[in-house]
Amino acid sequence: MPRVKVKRASTTIDMTAMCDVSFLLLTFFILTATARQPEPLQVDTPASVTQVKVPDDDLGLITVGDGGKIFFGVVNRNARTRMLELMSEKYSIPFTPEEKAQFSTIETFGVPMGNLKQLINMGPNDRVKPGLQPGIPTDSTDALSNELFHWIYSARVATKELKNTEMRVSIKGDADEKYPEIKKVIDVLQSQKVNKFSLITSLRAGEEL
Amino acid sequence: MAELNTGGKQQPRVDLTAMVDLAFLLITFFMLTTSINKPNAMDVAMPDKNEEDPEDRLEVADTRTLTLLLGSNNKIEWYHGDYSNPIEGPEIVDYGKEGIRPILMKKMEQVKQQTGKDLIIVLRPSEKSTHRNLVDILDEMNIIKAPIYMIGTISDPEIEVLQRDNLYND
Repeated sequence: MPRVKVKRASTTIDMTAMCDVSFLLLTFFILTATARQPEPLQVDTPASVTQVKVPDDDLGLITVGDGGKIFFGVVNRNARTRMLELMSEKYSIPFTPEEKAQFSTIETFGVPMGNLKQLINMGPNDRVKPGLQPGIPTDSTDALSNELFHWIYSARVATKELKNTEMRVSIKGDADEKYPEIKKVIDVLQSQKVNKFSLITSLRAGEEL
Repeated sequence: MAELNTGGKQQPRVDLTAMVDLAFLLITFFMLTTSINKPNAMDVAMPDKNEEDPEDRLEVADTRTLTLLLGSNNKIEWYHGDYSNPIEGPEIVDYGKEGIRPILMKKMEQVKQQTGKDLIIVLRPSEKSTHRNLVDILDEMNIIKAPIYMIGTISDPEIEVLQRDNLYND
């Protein structure tokens, strides 16, 4: 009896299409991944079990670290420009359109209003040198000397004008920062009736609840 | 155009398997890092200061309030009831599931049984506590799903208690 010859299928598959697709996806993910900006103030955030991610937009971020230095930044670029315009009106410090454009690229800053022009005219790499920026001045009064109050207020007004939404405020504090430094920021927020805000934390890893 | 594939010769084929493997590995890496890198946000609501009418306050029963004083050295001192005449405490405990959590669980149940209402937890961070302590205790509130809690201001007699128990160091 003649044996039935089973035709062996070839095991090689044409991978060209799969390769195309995977590289297309790879390109997409590489391009969408935002490069991490160097921060002028490095902080080590405390851990928590919260899994709510930080919102992408309409966010004002107050960084507290290095012995009570306070830095401020707004995520939305258009809001940054508008915020600077409002602040320059308030403090009567004029800025050129180039300086405004340059300011909108600064993610977070911590200088008194008088030194802001100097900071803007620095190179992007010089700006983020640790210890260069002394932090935004704050005190408990609502007067012009409490610059943090006015930065936050201007950022909120700018966000409201541009997006018609309330800006969310987050405090990113260093884990070893003493409570009074954080309390100072909370007081500034409360003095403009911002009673709801969020604390930035990292994920608590490897601990059973 | 000249026909390249003449004479029935097989076109050389490249094995793309390794290349696809690598591409998918990189895709996975980029997908994961884009979402993992983002920090988390813990929502906090502070009680309104109510500067216009400071007298407009709601009195709550002492039996329902549990006060946690956050001292230095990563310790908590807690008491139940009014400061001058505490129902229980003050007692020093640590953070975490071995320290404050069983007490909070016990108290929540006990108050619920005795008064039929929820326990009110008052957090009073002292000047010597760190930001980590505040986040830890707020985290604890989320873990035990505390129904009512708030961040208050520490008073002088309470600071004295912390000083007495050596929990007010730099």
